[in-house]
Amino acid sequence: MTDKTNPIDLPDNIRVFDNLRNAKRFAIDIGGSLTKIAYYSTTSQRTVFYGPLNKDEQEEASLEEALVYEISEGARLHFIKFETRFISQCLDFIQQHLVNTRDHMLGKSIKATGGGAYKYTELIHDKLGLSVDKEDELSCLIKGCNFLLRNMTDEAFTFCRHANPEYIFMKAQPNIFPYMLVNIGSGVSILKVESEDKYERIGGTATGGGTFWGLGKLLTSAKGFDELLDLAEKGDHRNLDMLVKDIYGGDYELLGLPGDLIASSFGKAMHAKKDSSEYSEADIARSLLFTISNDIGQIACLYAMMYKMPRIYFGGYFLRGHPLSMHSISFAINYWSRGEVQALFLRHEGYLGAIGAFLKGAEECDSDKYSWKENLAGSAQELNFTIEPFETVPVTPPANLILGQLEMDRWEHPVTSLPFLADPDNYIPDTVDLNKDTEARDYWIQCFRDATCKYVDRAIQSQPHSETAEKRAHKFRDKYLSRLQYLQEKPFAYGNLTVRSLLDTIEHLLKEFDFPDPYLMQKKQENEIAMALLPQRLQHLDKMSEINRRTELIRAILAGNMFDWGAKEVAALMSQNGFGFEEAMSKLQERPWLVDGLDQWLQRMKGPAHKCAAIFVDNSGFDIVLGIIPFARELLKRGTRVILCANSAPALNDVTYSELQELLRQVGVMCPIIQSALQSSRLLAMGTAQAGPCLDLRQVCRGLIKTLVQSEVDLIVLEGMGRALHTNLTAKFTCECLKVAVIKNRWLANRLGGDMFSVICKFEPEAID
Amino acid sequence: MGAIKSDECQCAACRSLAMATTMPWFGMDIGGTLCKLVYFEPKDITPDEAELEVETLRNIRRYLTKNSAYGKDGHRDTHLQMDDVVVRGRRGSFHFIRFPTSAMGKFLELAKDKGMATLVSSVCATGGGAYKFEKNFREVLNLSLHKFDELDSLLYGLQYVEMNNPTECYYWKHPTREDKCEKVNFDFSQPYPFLLVNIGSGVSILAVYGPGVYKRISGTSLGGGTFLGLCCLLTGCNSFEEAIELASKGDNTSVDKLVRDIYGGDYDRFDLPGDLVASSFGNMNSKDKRQLVSREDLARATLVTITNNIGSITRMCALNEKIEKVVFVGNFLRVNPIAMKLLAYALDYWSKKALKALFLEHEGYFGAVGCLLQLHCSGSS
Repeated sequence: MTDKTNPIDLPDNIRVFDNLRNAKRFAIDIGGSLTKIAYYSTTSQRTVFYGPLNKDEQEEASLEEALVYEISEGARLHFIKFETRFISQCLDFIQQHLVNTRDHMLGKSIKATGGGAYKYTELIHDKLGLSVDKEDELSCLIKGCNFLLRNMTDEAFTFCRHANPEYIFMKAQPNIFPYMLVNIGSGVSILKVESEDKYERIGGTATGGGTFWGLGKLLTSAKGFDELLDLAEKGDHRNLDMLVKDIYGGDYELLGLPGDLIASSFGKAMHAKKDSSEYSEADIARSLLFTISNDIGQIACLYAMMYKMPRIYFGGYFLRGHPLSMHSISFAINYWSRGEVQALFLRHEGYLGAIGAFLKGAEECDSDKYSWKENLAGSAQELNFTIEPFETVPVTPPANLILGQLEMDRWEHPVTSLPFLADPDNYIPDTVDLNKDTEARDYWIQCFRDATCKYVDRAIQSQPHSETAEKRAHKFRDKYLSRLQYLQEKPFAYGNLTVRSLLDTIEHLLKEFDFPDPYLMQKKQENEIAMALLPQRLQHLDKMSEINRRTELIRAILAGNMFDWGAKEVAALMSQNGFGFEEAMSKLQERPWLVDGLDQWLQRMKGPAHKCAAIFVDNSGFDIVLGIIPFARELLKRGTRVILCANSAPALNDVTYSELQELLRQVGVMCPIIQSALQSSRLLAMGTAQAGPCLDLRQVCRGLIKTLVQSEVDLIVLEGMGRALHTNLTAKFTCECLKVAVIKNRWLANRLGGDMFSVICKFEPEAID
Repeated sequence: MGAIKSDECQCAACRSLAMATTMPWFGMDIGGTLCKLVYFEPKDITPDEAELEVETLRNIRRYLTKNSAYGKDGHRDTHLQMDDVVVRGRRGSFHFIRFPTSAMGKFLELAKDKGMATLVSSVCATGGGAYKFEKNFREVLNLSLHKFDELDSLLYGLQYVEMNNPTECYYWKHPTREDKCEKVNFDFSQPYPFLLVNIGSGVSILAVYGPGVYKRISGTSLGGGTFLGLCCLLTGCNSFEEAIELASKGDNTSVDKLVRDIYGGDYDRFDLPGDLVASSFGNMNSKDKRQLVSREDLARATLVTITNNIGSITRMCALNEKIEKVVFVGNFLRVNPIAMKLLAYALDYWSKKALKALFLEHEGYFGAVGCLLQLHCSGSS
């Protein structure tokens, strides 16, 4: 079954109201100016079934044709945002595209919240044939906020103008309560949230987004909210505001009030003649923005102090990630609380109500059963108001009405944090923060830009019989390049910018454009070559003395790890014929390595055997077959249980869980030690739930975690650049840990004080508190 | 109530001390928008003194007390005049005069014409302008300014005036009922602790725990200056009086978005009444509604927005400080019963009557009075 016989038809309007035909349930949040529609859909994606093939079949058909694709069902949440004045058109669009599920919708209801839920009840009913269930606005906001804080990486952040970095993203915390939520809509509501069910509206103010917009409309000619914000960006409030120095001639030292502090907003505008051009619109807009955001900040701060809340999250759609407004609010809160209260902004501030409304009674989203992650391909960043151009969008009416969208995919398995982290609260997977480190940011963005054509070629090659492959691959290229450009300008737009997020974006986009596994052929070929060499390799190892063998096993992991299509310099080497395992061995850095913990490791191996080792593996081919499997075999021989943890879904040429299972079966045939370990479950392959080349230990498959805990893991092995260098290099564990990687990037190697192919071999005893 | 007694010592020593402080006695409070001037007119001038009194001094006294308007910008609030007060042994009257700070140049010229510089070498002043205009006083009038702290002066003056005027302090009874609403005298003899909210161009909020014991706990830049500035931009009005006049004829409910505009009625779940403003100016994003509102409506909405905002910040401060009595002063309240009633309502309603909004007749002049009273102190120059 190839994609010829079962084509997956990509809708042309892939990026707007994506997958609407499969929409299962709707919710809508209708605000005074903006409406957000949420829907849940199931997505069909091709995944490759990597099972045993019959020898004859393989000889007859080319490899590619013999591949078996499976259609896997995923769940996705979509959130679309548009101006309320276009609600009718948007509902029409939904109605027209609901054909496949219209019957399914009959007699069902849509959850609705926001002020407009009352006003538009009939319209919704008429257009969609759904009855309307109204949900309380504030409880929806809170539910949505809880959901984002729990599921969304880097959702909340602080903003400090002119600091480096200006944006600091908060780690998702298991305990999100208590917090204060300030929702800035037309007016402002202030909520105290103590648990999922316990919350209270403690206050509010009528000076909110509607005041800014209403006064802005009266005093400037700005046509839209964003235009007004742009004006504010250009203006100078000092022409309208009376500053302390306008009254005092300088600072008011006695009270510690600096001269530049605003003493009276708009105080200089008294006696202005109406419609006079005495004051520029930009100056007015800026003064207005400061007036409103300072005021909201101050009032929020007073409530926080009164209720002793150390954190304030801001929701609503007033801030829109606008630096000036966030600065103003942060400044006010910091000033009035003397630094005691923290202002936190949300990347998806505008979606809280819609998410919450959707979640009301939604089984699909039971937080005990499911975890969610942002789809980097489908989400348009919130930290900017101009939507990234979607080249793939034809000009359909709703397309240009859409102000933003968010997509979240359900993890196939629920995920949780690895319990062996020594300091889970402060664990950050990523070694380098590219928001802060501008030199590294520039390098990596350029590096990925240069590598894009390689991904494109690989993607096209992976589907030689598809007529649409080239077109899709080019869409992928355009979108990735425009994303890189965007991140260059606004590196904080999708949360913390890291090598991991840049790599994950590639994976998300490739899947979105229906390239489920571009390296499939490569992986398969390399596995076969490596498998052919394995028996000889094992014999060779078995002949060696124990100490030499154990050294050789580490060197073999390192040599195997050099075969990596993700690393541009190695990919170039491998493209030349004849670069084999022995060549790789010979290219390894001479000892002492850049980080050389080999002696400690060998010393440790003289001691008692480990109970159980969890090995987080990297590439297919030589890496897994000639590097990791012999190493695992050695541990097994010592009586250690071994759990090989592989990606659950493909990423680059990384070995996946299902591929690994098949490999182990084959190895079992040729090696009795492996065979017996497999049969007694002393050797296991398991999926991590991850689908990227890096490893975020906050999001590991719960099933795997359970097994690791039950097996009393006392050794964690992290292998490869993605898992031991770009991420987790500095992570500490409550058990022993071995980190092994070859640095296959010249720039990074140099930066760390080494050369190309420098070796990281770090053995760490269990961390003591 | 406080440290200053109206029946100050009248002994000869004191009297001669007072004499040593050369007349005329002024106190100035130069704010961001208004300059407040308090003049003490001695009424106990003995024939001997009258004979000695120089011509210039007499002329100044007559000029100030016989007129209630000075040039285009100066006004004397005759209704606030306090008679029969005693300052440093001298009995007389306080006259309350104000002019826009922007007219400071004209004021200085006038003072020069009247020969001020020939009488005294220094004047007591407080407020930001005491710093800002110090140089101008020296250059035009050859006068040095004795500068006194603004908040000290404010409290000093407040105490003195309250002591000397039995009907100084009042509150609004039934502030939301047009028919029943009335000013009621309040006995402020046991004032502490109280919150003092001074609404000038901006707003300062002080917690006062005892005589001279206070701290500035908060403030906001959304004050009288914001009201007037926005009103001028929105309506083209030219003065505070005009802005208030417009506001008194307007209706903010067409400009603001009310709770009932969103929810069709009360938002019961959170106890928010339907006629509560949910979003100030919230209806003005709509072109149709913009065309329906008048200048008066816009002025009213501006007044309500600024006043309610001050009300909520004040209420939060009072609750945070656990202080029940709140005294509002400052020239924003002048001829402004709408704002006072809104403040009264804001405090009463939202605090469920736990807080009391109090007002003072001489709302904007305490700083200037306090300054004058400190005349014999050295101040800082």
